[in-house]
Amino acid sequence: MYNFNFHSPNTIEEAINIYNGSEEPKFLAGGMTLLASMKQRLIAPSDLIDLRNIKDLSEISSKENHITIGSLCTHSEVSNNVIIKNKIKNLAKLANGIGDPAVRKMGTIGGSIANSDPAADWPAAILALKANIKTNNRIILNRDLFIGMFETSLEENEIITSIEIQVPDFFDYIKFPNPASRYAIVGVAIAKYDSNVIVTVSGASHKPFIADALSESLSKNFSSNIPLKTISLDELNEDIHASAEYRANLIDVLTKKIINNN
Amino acid sequence: MHEISIKITINEKNYEKSILPNTLLIDFLREELGLTGTHVGCDTSQCGACMVLHNNEALKACSILVAQLNNQEITTIEHLQKDNKLHPMQNAFRNNHGLQCGFCTPGMIMSAISLINENNSPTEEEIRKHLEGNLCRCTGYQNIVKSIEEGAKDMREKG
Repeated sequence: MYNFNFHSPNTIEEAINIYNGSEEPKFLAGGMTLLASMKQRLIAPSDLIDLRNIKDLSEISSKENHITIGSLCTHSEVSNNVIIKNKIKNLAKLANGIGDPAVRKMGTIGGSIANSDPAADWPAAILALKANIKTNNRIILNRDLFIGMFETSLEENEIITSIEIQVPDFFDYIKFPNPASRYAIVGVAIAKYDSNVIVTVSGASHKPFIADALSESLSKNFSSNIPLKTISLDELNEDIHASAEYRANLIDVLTKKIINNN
Repeated sequence: MHEISIKITINEKNYEKSILPNTLLIDFLREELGLTGTHVGCDTSQCGACMVLHNNEALKACSILVAQLNNQEITTIEHLQKDNKLHPMQNAFRNNHGLQCGFCTPGMIMSAISLINENNSPTEEEIRKHLEGNLCRCTGYQNIVKSIEEGAKDMREKG
């Protein structure tokens, strides 16, 4: 790992001032992706700005039918949180399926969303749910956030502070994990509000996406009798782990599995 | 790049050191303090040979900077033995042949203790799920699971 200057600010303002005054800075949350990338010398920031000493970014609260998850909550904190377990229990299950216990102790929901790995679990879930991403200076609608592979609409010096989610009538997420990394070869999230259903997919493309035909079909009839092979193979990844056809089939299989399990 | 000054407690001993910001905890333990019980396996946060305890929970020392642990406390495998007696979990690994080459064992033991701190009577399934971040290439895990079952029992009985 190349060297860098290390900062641990106590406020968001301080963090942004350090960012603006540095050459090639990076914000550090749990570091589960960033430090690994730095060790491989894929990235060499001049300055690391640790956000974990900033207060108020690690809280989980609920108000009426919304929950708010602070961006620095770790996966482990989300999976063990009583509010999450009571209001959207399968979100706790999702958090408990990320990486392994030691990774869940460090990795954060905000870090995962900002990193926007196409195979990560949070982005697909956030895209399926009615969710807003709150930053230090604005509110971003979930659909406007994920714009490409490891690419979001966040400004470079913008910090996610919390994620606000409207509690759905139904939510679940299942993934077919790569056995080594636990990242999704394909993951499917389904969120239902009244009759409005959104199906999203992780792992299969260059970014998490909404499966339109499946969403439409499930909105009309919430049953496992879904139209098959509705996703164009051109949009799907093909690599040593799985072909595009295999991934397309997994999307249908996992969608049916979620409906049949519930 | 400037060195930074940090305070860290390792195995109940306080250290105040000036370090380069890119110092990983694992290198600090092994190179700076000579605590070589914590192993480097994959160095990519997958194998768990480098696990240490932080707030009673295991974390991977290859994937955290010492700078992130300023004013915090870490326990390593060297600190489990008390009054010349093995920790019950260490003893259980010995009794059940929970290792062959032993390279993954410090991480396995720290991971097992982290599990028992959270759930003092885990089922076999819970033990296997918990070990998803610890790789052993010798044993096939059977004896590791047996060891952890016995270690959990002994830890419960010894409070």
